[in-house]
Amino acid sequence: MSTRDKVIAIVAEQALLAPSDVTLTSTLDDLGIDSMGLVECIFAIEEEFDISIPFNANTPDESDFDISNVAAIIAGIDKLVSQKP
Amino acid sequence: MKRVVITGAGTINALGHSVAATFEAMHAGRCGIGPLEFRDVERLAIRIGGQVHGFEAEGRFNRQQMSLYDRFTQFTLIAAKEAIAQSGLEFHGELSAKSGVVLGTAGGGVSTWDDNYRSVYEDGKNRVHPFVVPKLMNNAAASHVSMEFNLKGPSFTVSTACASSNHAMAQAFQMVRSGMSPAMVTGGSESMLCFGGVKAWEGLRVMSKEACRPFSANRNGMVQGEGAGIFVFEDYDHARARGAEILCEVLGFAMSSDASDIVMPSKQGAARAIAGALKDGGINPEQVGYINAHGTGTVANDKTECAAVADVFGPHADRLMISSTKSMHGHLIGGTGAVELLACIMALKEGVIAPTIGYEEPDPECALDVVPNTARDARIEVALSNAFAFGGLNAVLALGRV
Repeated sequence: MSTRDKVIAIVAEQALLAPSDVTLTSTLDDLGIDSMGLVECIFAIEEEFDISIPFNANTPDESDFDISNVAAIIAGIDKLVSQKP
Repeated sequence: MKRVVITGAGTINALGHSVAATFEAMHAGRCGIGPLEFRDVERLAIRIGGQVHGFEAEGRFNRQQMSLYDRFTQFTLIAAKEAIAQSGLEFHGELSAKSGVVLGTAGGGVSTWDDNYRSVYEDGKNRVHPFVVPKLMNNAAASHVSMEFNLKGPSFTVSTACASSNHAMAQAFQMVRSGMSPAMVTGGSESMLCFGGVKAWEGLRVMSKEACRPFSANRNGMVQGEGAGIFVFEDYDHARARGAEILCEVLGFAMSSDASDIVMPSKQGAARAIAGALKDGGINPEQVGYINAHGTGTVANDKTECAAVADVFGPHADRLMISSTKSMHGHLIGGTGAVELLACIMALKEGVIAPTIGYEEPDPECALDVVPNTARDARIEVALSNAFAFGGLNAVLALGRV
């Protein structure tokens, strides 16, 4: 599976939607994912890709990791994966 | 109904190993939060906390006791000794039979769980020490206090996450107020600063890597602490009859449940607990001079708490002082209300309001007098202590100057 397919699967599972209902431009808000769902998504992504995502729920906007939509999340993951030692 | 007063206080926490040392640190606005020191800390993303330093259990407790006392029990016993010594009470006869211990803790013997799981899972050992269960159980601290000080009345442990101590003290208050017990030992303790304890909190993504800055616009989360706060709650007439020094009066309390979300706080739930404590104590809102806030330093808590205070007090919200001492000693989770009660006692008895340190930028959503960075002298009549737990369980105590 590509990064894209994996992320969409994770997000869809959290949103209780079919992967086909999740698009690159979907925001977590659109998908009905709340702050707890977001923290669970980040955990699932970290486990799937073996990366650490710098994310503090108190300051989501200050994080280097862009969560504004699915495409941004995929780009952020690709960047973190490419930086892996 | 009996009037209830506090005749003894004891503590050990990141600010000091006694009430006097803690008051001195709160007065100075000193921060007890620093780099965590324990095994595997390098595997954590969060590496700061309000750890108790300079404390060696060896030497204070004998070998047999050490095999039974988790760190949360050790803290409890040290604080209880100070509190009961200050009260001057000795528990014999009927006083002993009717007086008990009600304590709060969220996790109990967390480091005992941690050490022994490590031993069987990581080290592959197939045998653990015979006293693991009596050492880690949540009621271990209350039981050891009962044994150490001959308290044979009602004793138990309350566990409501971050409100555990306030719920516990509310029970002790009820028992003395109703005449069921002439005196109760109460408060709480927590010791979660070990690898597993911090790792669990780290997962929630609400912890700060830098500092606990309650109410400050640039706050970015909570910081854990550890320690204990223990008090002697006593029937006022009983205390007067024996000429005991009275630290303050416990006027009332209230508890409420948000019944809404497992982690997000509710303004209505908090406001109902605050208003309920005023009503229970027969207190006019204008009498309240100081609130020791729950003030965790998370975005969600601090704005919700300020909104609840504004709702309950109306225009008086702008005249009272509200500070969060978690900025100094960290969040003691189940023990936090007990250590924070000390700030209320300091305000009522010493006339010193503990500051919210680490305060850097005003937040329009927390636009109250949060006593930023520097302690303040003030003579106040009534102080409240707020605790709002995960799970939406709230408990607020109201204390008065005597």
